Amino acid sequence: MAVATPAATRSTVELALAGKRSDVSGRIFSALLLLCLLVSLGVLLVLLGSVLVDAWPVLSERGFGFVTGNLSDFESRAGVWQGLIGSLILIAFVAVIAVPLGVAAAIYLQEYARDTRATRSLITNIRNLAGVPSIVWGILGVVVFAQLLRGITGPEVSGLSYISGGLTLAVLVMPFLIIITMEALRAVPEGIREAAYGVGATRWEVVRSHVLPYAAPGVFTGTILALARAFGETAPILLVGAVTGYLTPGTGDGLIDTLQGKYTALPTIIFSWARKPGEEWGALTAAAIVVLLAVILVVNLAAILLRNRYERKW
Amino acid sequence: MASIAAETSDRMLAKLRGSSRRRRKERLVRTLLVAAAGLSVLITISILLALTFRTINFVSNVELSSLWSGIWRPRQGEFDLISLFYGSLVVTTIAMVVATPLGLGAAAYLSEYAKPGARRKLKPILETLAGIPSVVIGFFALTVINPIVVQGLFGATSTFTMMAAGIGVGILTLPLVASVAEDAMFAVPRALREAAYGIGARRRTVTLRVVFPAAISGIVAALILGISRALGETMVVAIAAGATGNASRTLNPFDPNQTLTAAIASLAIGSDQVQTRGTGLNAFEALYLVGFVLFVFTLLLNIVSERFVRKYRRAY
Repeated sequence: MAVATPAATRSTVELALAGKRSDVSGRIFSALLLLCLLVSLGVLLVLLGSVLVDAWPVLSERGFGFVTGNLSDFESRAGVWQGLIGSLILIAFVAVIAVPLGVAAAIYLQEYARDTRATRSLITNIRNLAGVPSIVWGILGVVVFAQLLRGITGPEVSGLSYISGGLTLAVLVMPFLIIITMEALRAVPEGIREAAYGVGATRWEVVRSHVLPYAAPGVFTGTILALARAFGETAPILLVGAVTGYLTPGTGDGLIDTLQGKYTALPTIIFSWARKPGEEWGALTAAAIVVLLAVILVVNLAAILLRNRYERKW
Repeated sequence: MASIAAETSDRMLAKLRGSSRRRRKERLVRTLLVAAAGLSVLITISILLALTFRTINFVSNVELSSLWSGIWRPRQGEFDLISLFYGSLVVTTIAMVVATPLGLGAAAYLSEYAKPGARRKLKPILETLAGIPSVVIGFFALTVINPIVVQGLFGATSTFTMMAAGIGVGILTLPLVASVAEDAMFAVPRALREAAYGIGARRRTVTLRVVFPAAISGIVAALILGISRALGETMVVAIAAGATGNASRTLNPFDPNQTLTAAIASLAIGSDQVQTRGTGLNAFEALYLVGFVLFVFTLLLNIVSERFVRKYRRAY
């Protein structure tokens, strides 16, 4: 065993060298750094606290009725149900489209592609796509999904439908998802793959039954975080026509009719309410934020706990 | 003898190759995976084409002088991009003034001072802050930061100020800066620190003179990413600074104004079908030009930061 741990060595050396003088400026420095961290975390607390205080009148008075109420121009009746359902449908859409495609792309880039110039530029391209501002994706959504593909996405609502909104959010989170999945795959040690090849597995068999199971916690966490991000994203679907005023519920009955119809989402409702004057609307906005944050924080927390639980060191 | 050997080797090869069904499946899977990876190229091309064509269409239909008319009033046919640049510049600067010291300080504390257990607990909280949607921060900027900090501390009078929006964007950018910078500092090899401690350096000296310089390219990358993120942030500014839809060439942080992003959002929700005076275009069309400019700017910033990240990866 080692004679002493590096930490012990360090403190001993530090002590001996510092003598009896106390390191005042060093202490001030570390206090400043701690202050930076505490301010950063304190902002989170202040934000949550102020939103809860603002939302309290609405939540205590109307309770669950606020969550299940429909959109309305009357402060006393307005609720977020349509937004919540709309956001959940959008997220389901994103999960169905973006997750399989994103994971597949990551598997190709990490497990199949050789390290050529083309592969490297493809990866760089994906990294750059991940940095494109979300509102620019909204422009892509308008031009390609709502206008070019109007016939598919929603001929009766000028293409401003669940499908367009969902596709826009799907392409928005895809680069992020690819990068996270690639990192999870990269963390699986080479020995696992070699062992599988050694007993005659094909490349896909290696990936399918050896690499993916080991990378699954990382991929899963990344997916949850990506979906949570899509859930709170406002700017792009503002362009792709999430309704901010009235939303007449359900014109069609079938799934396709619903998906091709008008939609709204929780963050969009928050945005439109935040712009209305008057204290009542402020309280309603805060209450809607509480609903949104409840979903997002629970999901984020689950993802982080999951990661800490299954994170393994090789 | 020889023919038998050849036959055996043929059989061996066939055996090694496996069943043809297995090989077909392998090829199919590979094709599907390649298609998925190729999709990102398709997305890139369509975003470039969409922006370029719509921008050319817009620019060729308006008088070029309206692009620097001194004020951004899309409904009146005045598309002064400089006003939006001013707005973006002010908001991004304020955001980075907030996010840089707090983010780097928090990163240094987590990486160099916090005990491993505390670090494991504190980092997720910082990541939670990163998960808060920008509309929420926008509302916070409008209802808390502006009345308490901007009006209370600085004596501003407007309900909508670039200052409040900038601080809000700073809060939004902070976790990103802290997280990337912390990764860079944490990746500095232990041996460098031990060497400094060995000759009697204090922790502050090690942090400032050893870890910081060693991680500098990662830290710069964190800051550039932060700028790019702040520049691309929409909702905070749309809620807290630019409710009117117009913008002017003002650098005063206590004025309301629009940024590039907020201008797009306000075109999208407000005047979508309103014809601009003097042209056959909808005011809505101006958002393609603004989107194009924004796309180019953030792309350049991302490319630069990628360079830095690669440099710091190569170092260790």
